[in-house]
Amino acid sequence: MSTEINQTTYNYKVVRQFAIMTVVWGIVGMAAGVFIAAQLVWPQLNFDTAWLSFGRIRPLHTNAVIFAFGGSALFSTSLYVVQRTCQARLISDTLASFVFWGWQAVIVAAIITLPMGLTSSKEYAELEWPIDILLAIVWISYAVLFFGTITKRKTRHIYVANWFFGGFILTVAILHIGNSLVVPVTLTKSYSIYAGTVDAMMQWWYGHNAVGFFLTAGFLGIMYYFVPKQAERPVYSYRLSIVHFWALISLYVWAGAHHLHYSALPDWAQSTGMVMSLILLAPSWGGMINGMMTLSGAWHKLRTDPILRFLVVSLSFYGMSTFEGPMMSIKTVNALSHNTDWTIGHVHSGALGWVAMISIGATYHLIPKLFGIAEMYSTRMINVHFWLATAGTVLYIAAMWVNGIMQGLMWRAVNTDGTLTYSFVESLEASHYGYLVRFVGGAIFLSGMFVMALNVWLTVKQRDAKALDSVPAAA
Amino acid sequence: MTSFWSFWVSFISLGSIFGCLWLIYVTRKSQTSDVETENTTGHNFDGIEEYDNPMPKWWLYMFIITCFFGFAYYIIYPGLGNFKGVADWTSTGQWEAEVAQAEEKYGHIFTEFAATPLIELSQDKNAMKVGQRLFANNCASCHGSAGRGSIGFPNLTDNDWLYGGDPETIRTTLINGRQGAMPVKGLNPSMSNGDVDDLAHYLLSFSGRSDDDTAAARGATMYQTACAACHGTDAKGMQAIGAPNLTDNVWLYGGTKKRITHTLLYGRAGVMPSQTGKLSEEKIHLLTAYVMSLSK
Repeated sequence: MSTEINQTTYNYKVVRQFAIMTVVWGIVGMAAGVFIAAQLVWPQLNFDTAWLSFGRIRPLHTNAVIFAFGGSALFSTSLYVVQRTCQARLISDTLASFVFWGWQAVIVAAIITLPMGLTSSKEYAELEWPIDILLAIVWISYAVLFFGTITKRKTRHIYVANWFFGGFILTVAILHIGNSLVVPVTLTKSYSIYAGTVDAMMQWWYGHNAVGFFLTAGFLGIMYYFVPKQAERPVYSYRLSIVHFWALISLYVWAGAHHLHYSALPDWAQSTGMVMSLILLAPSWGGMINGMMTLSGAWHKLRTDPILRFLVVSLSFYGMSTFEGPMMSIKTVNALSHNTDWTIGHVHSGALGWVAMISIGATYHLIPKLFGIAEMYSTRMINVHFWLATAGTVLYIAAMWVNGIMQGLMWRAVNTDGTLTYSFVESLEASHYGYLVRFVGGAIFLSGMFVMALNVWLTVKQRDAKALDSVPAAA
Repeated sequence: MTSFWSFWVSFISLGSIFGCLWLIYVTRKSQTSDVETENTTGHNFDGIEEYDNPMPKWWLYMFIITCFFGFAYYIIYPGLGNFKGVADWTSTGQWEAEVAQAEEKYGHIFTEFAATPLIELSQDKNAMKVGQRLFANNCASCHGSAGRGSIGFPNLTDNDWLYGGDPETIRTTLINGRQGAMPVKGLNPSMSNGDVDDLAHYLLSFSGRSDDDTAAARGATMYQTACAACHGTDAKGMQAIGAPNLTDNVWLYGGTKKRITHTLLYGRAGVMPSQTGKLSEEKIHLLTAYVMSLSK
C-alpha cells in the first residue's frame, strides 16, 4: 500500500503562531479593559483626549479580547485538534499562513481605527466595511482550511470537538456577513442596509450569536478535546454530546431578541427570544456535564495539575453563566437587570471564567507540545496564574452583581408622590466602590496573564522550535 | 404580518422545540444501557475514547420541562405569528395599565399643585421637594443637579434669562422648547479672521478684559453690521429671540477669548427640548415653579 509509505505530518507552525498570539493579544485586550475600568473609577484618566476616551477604547477592548485573544485561541486549538483527530495535515500551508497573517492584519487595523473613532457603531461589529471585507475573506479561507482537512480525514467518524468548531465557523461567517451589510459612503464611513428596529434585531441576532457561536460553541470544541486529553479519560457520554450539540446550535440563533425586551421589537419576537433562551439552559449545561463527568475517576488529578484546574473551573463558570443567562432573559428579571452592570458581570463570568480560563488551560497544554518540550517551564507559575485568574474573576463578577442589582433597584424606587427616588447620578455615585473592586479584580486577572507570558517565554526559550514545523502523525 | 409569515414564524418556532423533543426521543430509544457503563462507542480520536453512557435523567427532565414551559408560554402570550395568546397580553397594554395605575395613585397630588398659582407654589417647601426630584430626573443631565448649568447649557440660578424670566415665559420654554441659533460669523459671512479677532476684543472690552483698544474699536464698527440686528445696538441682547446679553459677562458657551472666537467662527446651535408629551401639564406647572425658585 503506497499510502503507508508517506508518513503524515501535521502543520504545527500556524498552531504555534496563534498560540503565542493568544498570550500577546490576551495581555493587550485585558490591559485595555483594565484601563477603561480605571476610567470609570477615575474619569480624568481619559486625559481630555478623544482617542483615549471610554467610548473609543471600550470597543477596542471588546474586539481585542473577543476576536484577537479568543479568536487566536480558537484558531490555534481548532487547527491543532482538526489535524490530530482527523489524522490529516492541513490542506494548505499557504492558506494557513494567509489565515494567520490576515487575522493579524484585521486586529492591527482594529487597533488603529477604533481609537480614531471610525466605527459602524454596531456592538462587537464596530469595524468599518473595508476591514469587514478582509475579515470575511480570512474567515472563508479558515473555513476552507478547516473543512478541507475534515474531508481528508483518515478516521471514519468526525470527532465531536470538530462538530462544534465546524458549527462555529459556518455560523460566524453567516452572522458576520449578514450583520455587516452596509452602503459605503467613503472608505471610512458606511450605513447599515437595515433600518430602525430591523437593524436592532439584526444587530442582536449577530451580537448574541457572537456569544453563542464564537464564545460558546467554539470553546466547547476546545473543551471536548483538551478536557479528556488532559484528564486522560474518555468523554463521559457520546449520546449527550449529540443531543446537546444539535439542540444548542438550533436554539442559540433564536435568543438574540432577549436583548430587546420592552423595546419597539414586536411582542411575538420578544416572547420567542425569551422562550428559546430558557430552553437553551439544558443544551448549554449538556456541555458542562459532559466535561465535568469526564473527570469522574480522575478527580485526584486536580490536586497536582493546575492545567486541569483551569479547565474544570472554566466549566463551572460556564455552567454558572449559562444558568444566569436564561434567568436574565425572563422579561420580569430583565426589567430589573437591563442596562445595569449586572449584564457586564454576566458577560465577564462567561468571558473571564469560561472563555479566558479554558483558553489559558488549553494553551498551557499546547505550548510544550508545539515546541517539543515535555512540560511547561514552571507548574508552580501555572498554579499562581490559576489562583490570580480565579480571584480576579470572582471579585469582578461579585462587584458587578452588587452594582447591577443596586442600580436596578435604585432606578425603579419611587417616592410616595410617584416621583423617582434617585436620579441617575446618584446611582452612579453609589456604583463607585463597585467600579473600584471591578478594577482591582480585572487588574489581578491581568497580572496572571503576565505570569503566563513569562512562563511561556521561559518554556519556549528552552528549544529551537523550527524542527517542529512538520510533526509525524505518530507523535 | 401576512398569514404566510405568521405560519412560517409558528412553524419554525414550534418546529425547533419539537425537534429537540424528537432528538431526545430517538437518542434515548437507541440507548444500550440505562445506567453508567464502561462500554465505549468504539471511536478513538487521537487517543480520546467516548463512553456510551446514557444522558443524565435529571438533565433530560429539565430539558423536557423547559420545552413544555415554552409550549405553555406560546399558548398564553403572543409569540406564534399573529396568534395573540389566550391571556390577551401586550407590552403596550401593560404599560398603559401601569400609567393608569400611577395616575390614579399620584394624579391628585399634581392636580393640587397645578391649582396653585406659580409664585405661591414656588414658595411651598413641600412642593419644591417634589419639584426637585422631577428636576433631578428630567433636567439635571443638562442643567446639572443644582441647576447651575454647564457650557452650552444655561445656568438657571443666576436670574439671567435668555428668553425672559417671568413665570409664563419659563412655562412656555418648558412646553415648547427653544431653538437657539447663532449663525456662523453673525450676519456677515465675508468677515475675515482679523475681523473676528477685532470683534472678540470688542466683546471682551465690556468686562474690561481686552488688551487692545484699537482692535476693540474696529470690532465695535464690525459689531454694528454683523451682530446688532439680533444682540441690539447696545449689545444688551434680545429676549424675544433668545439673543444673549453680551455685556453682562455671563457666557453660555464660555467667555475666554478662545471660546468667543470659536463661537464667532463656527456659530452655535442650542436646543432646549420640548417637555410636552414627556411630562404632564401639571408636572410642567410644578417644574416651572421649581425653576423660578432656583433664582432667588
